[in-house]
Amino acid sequence: MTGALPPLLSELSRPGRVGCDLPASDVPSAALAAGLERGELALPELSQLEVVRHFTNLSQLNYSIDTTFFPLGSCTMKYNPRVNEHVARLPGLGDLHPLADDADRQGALRLMHELQRYLATIAGFDAVGLAPAAGAQGELTGLLMTRAYHASRGEGEQRRRVVTPDSAHGTNPATAAMAGYTLTEVPSDGDGDVDVEQLASRLGPDVAAFMLTMPNTLGLFERRIEEIVRLVHGCGALLYLDGANMNALLGQTSPGALGFDLMHFNLHKTFSTPHGGGGPGAGPVAVVAALAEFLPGPVVAETAGGALTLVEPPRSIGALSGFHGNFGVMLRAYAFIRALGGEGLAEVSEAAVINANYLLARLRGAYDVPFPRYCMHEALLSGRGQRRHDVRTLDIAKRLLDYGYYAPTIYFPLVVEEAMLIEPTESETKEAIDAFCEAMLAIAREAEATPELLREAPQATPVSRLDEATAARRPILGWQAGG
Amino acid sequence: MSRAYVPMTPEDRATMLATIGVASADALFADIPAAARGSNLDGLPPPLSEIELVAQMEALAAANTAGGRKATFRGGGAYERFIPAVVDEIIRRGEFLTAYTPYQAEASQGTLQAAFEFQSLIAALYGCEAANAGLYDGASALAEACLMACRLTRRDRLAVADSLNPRYLAVIKTYTEPLGIGLDVMAAAPALTEEHAAFVIQSPDYYGRITLASEETATAAHAAGALLVVSADPMSLGLLRPPGELGADIVVGEGQSLGLPLSFGGPYVGLFATRMEHVRQMPGRVVGQTVDAAGRRAFVLTLQAREQHIRRERASSNICTSEQLVALAVTVYLSCLGAGGLRHLARLIYDRAHYAAAAIDALPGWELAYPEAPFFCEFVVRCPRPVAAVNERLREQGIVGGLDVSAAGEPRLLLCVTETNTRAEIDCLVAALALIGEQRRSAAPAGKQR
Repeated sequence: MTGALPPLLSELSRPGRVGCDLPASDVPSAALAAGLERGELALPELSQLEVVRHFTNLSQLNYSIDTTFFPLGSCTMKYNPRVNEHVARLPGLGDLHPLADDADRQGALRLMHELQRYLATIAGFDAVGLAPAAGAQGELTGLLMTRAYHASRGEGEQRRRVVTPDSAHGTNPATAAMAGYTLTEVPSDGDGDVDVEQLASRLGPDVAAFMLTMPNTLGLFERRIEEIVRLVHGCGALLYLDGANMNALLGQTSPGALGFDLMHFNLHKTFSTPHGGGGPGAGPVAVVAALAEFLPGPVVAETAGGALTLVEPPRSIGALSGFHGNFGVMLRAYAFIRALGGEGLAEVSEAAVINANYLLARLRGAYDVPFPRYCMHEALLSGRGQRRHDVRTLDIAKRLLDYGYYAPTIYFPLVVEEAMLIEPTESETKEAIDAFCEAMLAIAREAEATPELLREAPQATPVSRLDEATAARRPILGWQAGG
Repeated sequence: MSRAYVPMTPEDRATMLATIGVASADALFADIPAAARGSNLDGLPPPLSEIELVAQMEALAAANTAGGRKATFRGGGAYERFIPAVVDEIIRRGEFLTAYTPYQAEASQGTLQAAFEFQSLIAALYGCEAANAGLYDGASALAEACLMACRLTRRDRLAVADSLNPRYLAVIKTYTEPLGIGLDVMAAAPALTEEHAAFVIQSPDYYGRITLASEETATAAHAAGALLVVSADPMSLGLLRPPGELGADIVVGEGQSLGLPLSFGGPYVGLFATRMEHVRQMPGRVVGQTVDAAGRRAFVLTLQAREQHIRRERASSNICTSEQLVALAVTVYLSCLGAGGLRHLARLIYDRAHYAAAAIDALPGWELAYPEAPFFCEFVVRCPRPVAAVNERLREQGIVGGLDVSAAGEPRLLLCVTETNTRAEIDCLVAALALIGEQRRSAAPAGKQR
């Protein structure tokens, strides 16, 4: 059935069309052994204009930061500076082979070396590894380094558990499993902090690490962090920071000063590299000196002669990707840091926190605020008050789409019912935040007066609500025969 | 300070703090312990204006290359390629560039349909029934395939071909070691046992050889109750029979060949395809077709019960990216080329690589290391001089030589030919190698010759 959406490539295809003229062969045709040659190749064939038009039409079905306020909590959807796109494509950067000789790649290595230092400074740690390709791979790196560290002390067999708060990102428990650990969860207390007494009861000589997001996923600074540090270190475990929320901390404090041992950054969040509809990102790790020898390879180091080269740390956990990580993402993060400098980064976090608290102050009368205290860089609301009108948070989110806004992160963190996590970032003007708040307030009024507008939303989007159950039960994952 | 990136004015700030009900922003950070409070960023460089930033980046770029493009014959998993201008024009559109994971499907149909088309294209190219929306890169995709094979077979040993890209093997080790999965590295003829979850091969392999030439490999793996996992350069499949058609159960690869700039090693995208019966054990994002409330065709993230945000510690992987923008570039690239274009390009690459290989093999002092093995675009040559010396001489001629794959004290060079290497460029390379061979002969007449 066709409708609002553009046709599929397979439906546009006509045999014999081509979207790019290629050179004719200038060499003799070589023989190919019988049986090796491909028969059918079912790729669509389109003219160049059809290709451009198809993808341009598709792009216009998206909401994006460039087109609207994108308040997706925990994702730090800040402005992606265009100059970074420009410089990423400079000859010598965009077209550099990863296995170029050292003499041909000193500029790229210089950039990585400086970025290692900047991130170490921001983290308050001693060493940085840029190899992880995403936050989740950074987490895996951190836990593999944790394993290697404990093993080096003869405690590898003994320390089998990783502890996380029940409010943690889903990647934390999934990563613990990938690193071969069993998982223990700790509940949050009534004020949105980790329940420190419960944490104490779950720690012991078999714990390898406590993974904590800071500020936590409720958008709050863990007020008992000093006790947490003492408890975790007291049992010989490492304290891992999930750096997803670093946008709140830049220049205000550092994970090192707070007592953490290691962390990952999300360059696509804190340092403005484009989210791209779901990647690419980058998840560098930063660590205290005692962990530096376990960093994933390669890291950039200075040789005796002052030239830079790539080296494997002495007891490295190994390689994570085919080459050195997502250089194109590192480059954009580097450009963001250079544009702002240290002072500018501190302004980023301050503006992000003011914006979130302003938004919270404007909306607290209309929506439940589960933890009535100042938030950090994101504001947590609950739609549970709207339930009396038979309206759920999902309906509020869908109605926001009708107002032209992307939705907040919803139903996360899992520990808050009807959760809405809203992160305005430093990029938005007061006018933009005000306009969003007006939409949220209007929706709260609609929930009372005309709740069906919410339940039937969205209507202004290219498609209305989707049948997700059938999609999962009888998956159609590619073009079907006959289009 | 960057007013361009942080637009808050002093007036805004005062008004907003008043609405919040605090006298200063410090009050909002009061939960930070006093001992840890304060800026630690003094060690960072001062801010740069846009004009200064561009100059800084241009200086770094200039430090990478001494002027202009060089003729390059270096591959090893990343390839200099021609990229149609359309590809970059599309992925720079802000609606794609600055969107995020399409959690709100109604507001993300562009990204979702593009991902669905990507899955369709990759499945078609690999000759498989289904593909995911993309993983980090070719190496990690292969590691994820290994973990999936272990889940599917409930076995915890892998038989890995010794001709795998060594960097891929290193990533497999990183991913499998913490889970106690054993690795047996073996030659291409598999000595599989009932213990093995999969036979893991690369075709063309690291040395360029086409190792998957018939159904026999899959038959042997299946006879032992194991799966066949194949890493395959997608560009080669414009010409060669795809692994899915030859019985492979999981096919992965590096997407860089399909329209991505080298970018010093990333971001790339991992391609991942398998049988429909296995999709619920697949890692990564998957987009499915469905209908909206009005019955219109639409697309949505699906099979999410495998994923970390739902399944947490029982997820099939912790991954939560699909390298979406990179996957989009691949999608646009394949749309531009189409079946005819990809066939033409793969054939051109094959012919030019064979032209180069034959010419080098005919030179005194040089010979193909695997003269009997069919290959696609890469091949190994035995050199009359150490590889470092060869590459140094090529560099003087403005040519980037191949990778050093010397074995058992014998200098060996892994060369790569792509569509960017014209016949004239190849002739230059051959002439330069001939000269190096002659210099070697005159310097040491007793050396190994043909």
